[in-house]
Amino acid sequence: MRRPALVATARRLLAQLRHDPRTIALILLVPLLLLGLLKLLLADDEPTFQRVGAPLLGIFPLTVMFLVTSVTMLRERTGGTLERLMTLPLSRSDLVAGYALAFALLAAVQALVASAFAIGVLGLDVQGSSAALIAIAILNAVLGMAFGLGLSSLATTEFQAVQFMPAFILPQFLLCGLLVPREQMAGALDALAGVLPMTYAYEALADVAAGDGAAAATAAAVTLGFCVLGLTLGALTLRRRTG
Amino acid sequence: MSGEAAIRVRGLRVVRGGRRVLGGLDLEVAAGTVTGLIGPSGSGKTTLMRALVGVQVVAGGEVTVLGAPAGAPALREQVAYVTQSGSVYPDLTAEENVRYLARILRAGDGEVERVLALVDLLDHADRPVAKLSGGQRRRVALAGALLGRPRLLVLDEPTVGLDPLLRRDLWGLFTRLRDAGATLLVSTHVLDEAARCDAVLLLREGRLLGATTAEGLRRDTGTDDLDEAFVRLIEREQGRP
Repeated sequence: MRRPALVATARRLLAQLRHDPRTIALILLVPLLLLGLLKLLLADDEPTFQRVGAPLLGIFPLTVMFLVTSVTMLRERTGGTLERLMTLPLSRSDLVAGYALAFALLAAVQALVASAFAIGVLGLDVQGSSAALIAIAILNAVLGMAFGLGLSSLATTEFQAVQFMPAFILPQFLLCGLLVPREQMAGALDALAGVLPMTYAYEALADVAAGDGAAAATAAAVTLGFCVLGLTLGALTLRRRTG
Repeated sequence: MSGEAAIRVRGLRVVRGGRRVLGGLDLEVAAGTVTGLIGPSGSGKTTLMRALVGVQVVAGGEVTVLGAPAGAPALREQVAYVTQSGSVYPDLTAEENVRYLARILRAGDGEVERVLALVDLLDHADRPVAKLSGGQRRRVALAGALLGRPRLLVLDEPTVGLDPLLRRDLWGLFTRLRDAGATLLVSTHVLDEAARCDAVLLLREGRLLGATTAEGLRRDTGTDDLDEAFVRLIEREQGRP
């Protein structure tokens, strides 16, 4: 433990989650419900289920971690605990990395449960490696967390933080290529999709599912870059001194 | 009691939301004292404390704490701060709250128990803070500030909402911490707490009205009632041309 404050922060966040079993249950069970619903909905259209199933395994953690992180960090700001932390020997990167570690662990469990259900029960067929699929799902979660951390600084109430979900996540969901392939988009929309992080998160998942490991690795690398960028911005929005 | 200053503030100016909260404040807090910070609500007590622990954006002036500029990284292990709201996680237990701070400060597990005992919370250590009373919550925050034996404690109204017995115990604790060599700056609305301080700083509208002792304040204003003394001091200042 070279950075005790980082580990302490991750443990504290996990302890907070442990005290909220209902949230844990929702995080783990809602994706199963939605995947099951999708399977029933597409009972006569197996190819479509196979196409969207794997990407959704990453989109769930992304969305959930975005919400959980932005609300948790907002509480930290408004409850005065962030102010106190800023007077302690805890670097801003310790705090951000502590958040990333705790929520990545949670995302890992979520991804494992959802993938096991999708592959084992619903018969989702993954051409590439299932381990890679889960790893990319966790990467998606870290991406969502990074967004949530950065955007939480723009919100002053929990209502506002929750509204960032439709404002920030939904447009990316529409454009990422899941609903309409990028090749069929108008030029401007395709160009816009090309600079949005979720596009690459989606591509990485779709490529793994299709068994194209090289393309998946490239898309995953871009996603990782967005994660680092988001976490850096998140750390920069934390100010030791405030007005 | 040593004569040197644990806190030295020169010309401190703070503007919040376009309003000047502190306008060129000068003050000193002697090392090894319990110093009271009193003044009406909105007088700038919290802003001053935030500046001392390095979380307040300041417009100008110099703030030196334990010989270093306020907020210097080296001070983060030596200065403990309790905010007015307490700044604890309501969903964690008292013990988990303190343990988190102890880990950040690299204090041992024994420390957690020691500070919880100091604020008489061992019986409630396993309860979520949300289920504790307001006074118990404040004590959780205070316990966190006692970790690792800080040299300076900055406490923003630590006794609000506490019953008289507990209040007396905590002031006894403050005195013992001072006797062990620490310096304490304690803000309060309750003037009878000022009588327990070695020195009292009177703040009003972002300016230092005076630095005295409770005894000196009584003598100056000719009243035993500290509330009345404060009113007379303000009136006297306003009467000034």
